[in-house]
Amino acid sequence: MRKVVRGFYSVAHSVKLCRPNVICAYPITPQTEIVENLAAMYANGELGDCEYITAESEFGAASMLVGASAAGARVFTATCSQGLILMSEVLFNAAGMRLPIVLVNTNRALSAPLSIWNDHQDSIAIRDAGIMQLYVENNQEAHDAIPQAYKVAENRKVLLPFMVCMDGYKLTHAYEPIDLLDQETVDSFLPPYEPAAYMTTKKPLAFGCYAPPHIYMEFRVAMQQAMERAKNVMLDVFKEWAEVSGRDWGGHIAVDFPDSKILVVAMGSVVGLLRKVVEELRNEGLSVGLVKIRTFRPFPVEELREALKDAEKVIVLDRSVSFGYEGPVSIELKSAIYGHSSAEIYSYAVGLGGRDMPKDFLEKLIRDVAEGRERPGFAFKGHQEFEEVIP
Amino acid sequence: MKIKLNLGAISEPLQSEKFKTGDWGTHYPVVDKEKCTGCKTCEQYCPDLCIEVKKFNEEKYAVVNYDYCKGCGICSSVCPAEAIKMELKDAFKFEG
Amino acid sequence: MGSKEVVKILIEVRFHGRGGQGAVTAADILAVAGFKEGYYTLSFPMFGAEKRGTPVVSYLRISDEPIVARDEIYNPDYVVVLDPTVMETVNVIAGLKKGGMLISNYPKSSDDLKTKLKADELGIKVATINATKVAMEVLGRPITNTTMVGAFGGATRLVSLETLLDVVNEWFKGELAEKNAKLIEEAYRYMMEVCR
Ligand code: SF4
Ligand code: SF4
Repeated sequence: MRKVVRGFYSVAHSVKLCRPNVICAYPITPQTEIVENLAAMYANGELGDCEYITAESEFGAASMLVGASAAGARVFTATCSQGLILMSEVLFNAAGMRLPIVLVNTNRALSAPLSIWNDHQDSIAIRDAGIMQLYVENNQEAHDAIPQAYKVAENRKVLLPFMVCMDGYKLTHAYEPIDLLDQETVDSFLPPYEPAAYMTTKKPLAFGCYAPPHIYMEFRVAMQQAMERAKNVMLDVFKEWAEVSGRDWGGHIAVDFPDSKILVVAMGSVVGLLRKVVEELRNEGLSVGLVKIRTFRPFPVEELREALKDAEKVIVLDRSVSFGYEGPVSIELKSAIYGHSSAEIYSYAVGLGGRDMPKDFLEKLIRDVAEGRERPGFAFKGHQEFEEVIP
Repeated sequence: MKIKLNLGAISEPLQSEKFKTGDWGTHYPVVDKEKCTGCKTCEQYCPDLCIEVKKFNEEKYAVVNYDYCKGCGICSSVCPAEAIKMELKDAFKFEG
Repeated sequence: MGSKEVVKILIEVRFHGRGGQGAVTAADILAVAGFKEGYYTLSFPMFGAEKRGTPVVSYLRISDEPIVARDEIYNPDYVVVLDPTVMETVNVIAGLKKGGMLISNYPKSSDDLKTKLKADELGIKVATINATKVAMEVLGRPITNTTMVGAFGGATRLVSLETLLDVVNEWFKGELAEKNAKLIEEAYRYMMEVCR
């Protein structure tokens, strides 16, 4: 059924259809309405066999989910920004304990200065946790991502947390038409949760036990192997989803106009407008294409090598910065294609803390590179000139 | 040979029971039943949870589980009744 | 390419109000209504701070093809102002297209506002309604969003009155639905007269 709903609702509705057993969250803008919607569904008795627990902090929320997941529950939470960072200690644990927790991060900038607006600094900051990360372009993709996230995370070959990253405000607060899934479709796609290992009061277990140097490393190797296996599991799940739902969002990356001389690489909600800009520039005769990175973890190394092998210029748009170096997506992309492509890399940090990226801004960025007005390397784009003064 | 690795470092509980630490220390605590008031201070302070106040008919006093007591002496130093003495283990006593 | 030109409609609207007056809801209601009329729609807010009383902007795009642009709207076809006092600190007509229209809650005549804004020189149209007064009469509170939704509908005819009433009855319940429906209808008919 197609309905105009808010981004929040598109996620909450989808979570409901996945039949979670425990939802636990702490409010933070721009995430709150996701769990508010779920709390309302819970209060109305729509969530079936589910407990909704209000936590005293994101740390508490994540901790309770670790417990619930270890007890065999299918769990959900949502957070962002400072909340995600506060959760991070627990999330590294959840990954190491191989708990298939699904969470939504409504991407928001990190303090300081305080900002409630969108960029990717929060989720990028925990890229090394062992959590799968999928970045969505619009609310339909976010809606569709939830059942797929559970299916990938709960696969016995994977068993790692899965984080769906959706841009705060740009997506969460947007009202737009969404094809809402129904219970039958999700049930046919996502089987009831059968935990790999779980504890009960009769059969207590300890998760993530102490591992001295003679055994710690093996557990971390096992996590990496699980991430690598996740790549293929994801492709199968994405494909199955396309068949079940009729909506194909692509693989680890999605490429428009692959044989172009210039390729623009981006993640998240800017991709839609970027695609339009690319199409218009092509109509003018410019050889430009678009690479949308969907899964940032596991990182699509082979896919990017293939997609960028003949490109002459690659423009990477990063929504975060690794201070002292450059944009993380760009860093990783370069390392992935090292020795496989001779393309010049133009690495730009853009749209930090909700700085708008209007159409003409994106157009100019591409034109400047295409027409040789830019040099390869890293730069911020879209900020004002300033001089730092001591007050 | 391949070793077995439990998913997520998951294990059965109470595995640490297998690791006896009773032979770690040079000294061991001895409770004077007469002085002990059963106040449980030692119980709360023992880092290895191996001293416990137990009831014996009318009496109650602290009892040490020597399988795990590592002889740190904390119980002795916190006991308000000075009911715990740390004795040197025989193995460390010199002849003559 | 074929010779047949497909005319694509994209209408962009910017709403100005203050936190608590419902500028966001106004855009959202119209997004739902536009969808019911067969368009693709997208609405989203831009708050300064999440506080009652601060100037708030929200956006609405209406198109006959799926909407991918999520950037802010710099050159709107319409600007809707829910609170006339916002105009003192915010240049609400910034970027308003030539031939575009400002639809404003305004206690004086539209000619008064036209002169103030030099609307004729700028080539923009101005339509006003005393929405605060109407809202106070009907709701007893200065929440002007539904009145301005009705005004937008009547001024632009992009959505029918019936559709707006449908949406408002889904959005609100009971007495509140009735009152808001009344506001929408009044404003819609008034603006239809004014903008004939
Ligand atoms: S602290 Fe001393 S008095 Fe108290 S229970 Fe222990 S041994 Fe007995
Ligand atoms: S000596 Fe240390 S380990 Fe032994 S019972 Fe006393 S406090 Fe516990």
